[in-house]
Amino acid sequence: MIRYLPYLLAGVVFGIILIKAEAASWYRIQEMFHFQSFHMFGILFSAIATGFLSIQLLKHLGSRKSLDGQTIEIPAKPPGHKSYIIGGLIFGLGWGIIGLCPGPIFALAGTGSFGALVVLAGALHGTWLYGALKQHLPH
Amino acid sequence: MTELTDWLYAPWPWYAAGPLIGLMVPLMLFIGNRSFGISNNLRHLCAITQPQKVDVDFFKYNWKEHTWSLMFVIGTALGGFIAGVVFANPEPIALSDGAKEMFLSWGFLLPGAMEFVPDELFHASVRNYTFLFASGVMVGFGTRYAGGCTSGHAITGLASMQLPSLYAVLGIFGGGLLASWFLVPYVLFG
Repeated sequence: MIRYLPYLLAGVVFGIILIKAEAASWYRIQEMFHFQSFHMFGILFSAIATGFLSIQLLKHLGSRKSLDGQTIEIPAKPPGHKSYIIGGLIFGLGWGIIGLCPGPIFALAGTGSFGALVVLAGALHGTWLYGALKQHLPH
Repeated sequence: MTELTDWLYAPWPWYAAGPLIGLMVPLMLFIGNRSFGISNNLRHLCAITQPQKVDVDFFKYNWKEHTWSLMFVIGTALGGFIAGVVFANPEPIALSDGAKEMFLSWGFLLPGAMEFVPDELFHASVRNYTFLFASGVMVGFGTRYAGGCTSGHAITGLASMQLPSLYAVLGIFGGGLLASWFLVPYVLFG
């Protein structure tokens, strides 16, 4: 189990950031979708920029190994556009109503929100529904 | 001392939180060559709990190989407890004036301290839990259909310049705008 400790700790840090950044707040998400504050956009843009610069730096350094000795590489997402656009739209509709995307669902559940657990139960059923209907959906 | 403890309870500005979230991408690569993303855990949780007789192929795989990912979200919940309960911000969220006016016009009260989500939508009632569950279904269905959520597509995907993630982000934002401008004010609370 000790090999999972770095992931657990990284998750703890991520949960702290989501709450301290108020990204797990319905109010902040509504404010974002109505372009009433730069706060959430600042978080997303600076996160993407930092991720981008980190990846460029990793590439620049040449082939690097992870802690457990694997060669670091980022897998390419399968090509296409239908599933990304339609799936994104459906997810976005849910996100825009409850103001919680998957990361914040877990972070908010940790604060003792029973509502977050109801959302999580719904999300598990939605995931299951996708798995059951997968071959009938356009991809 | 007062300043130090104040700092522990204060919320973080975007320019502190955003780059730290971005650093999750190289951190996960560094720990074990993993792509930073959350919503796959919903699939793993389904794989763990799927009864034999249900038997959907999409959930038939060795989820134990993804224990690292489940540990990450257990950590996320722990982090939520640390930041949202132990070191909870004693002040209400500092929303913009425009947002405050909007919430009042929707008939919502402004959030008090430690209120991340509104009572109007999260307070225990059949109506609210129906909305929360149904929206959760859309989040779970949509993220798996799109192959990722805000972390896997908007952050990891865009940071690694992947076109599919751009499509997903456009879909996500479009859906969010529709919900936030029409569904919430006119359908749910109209």
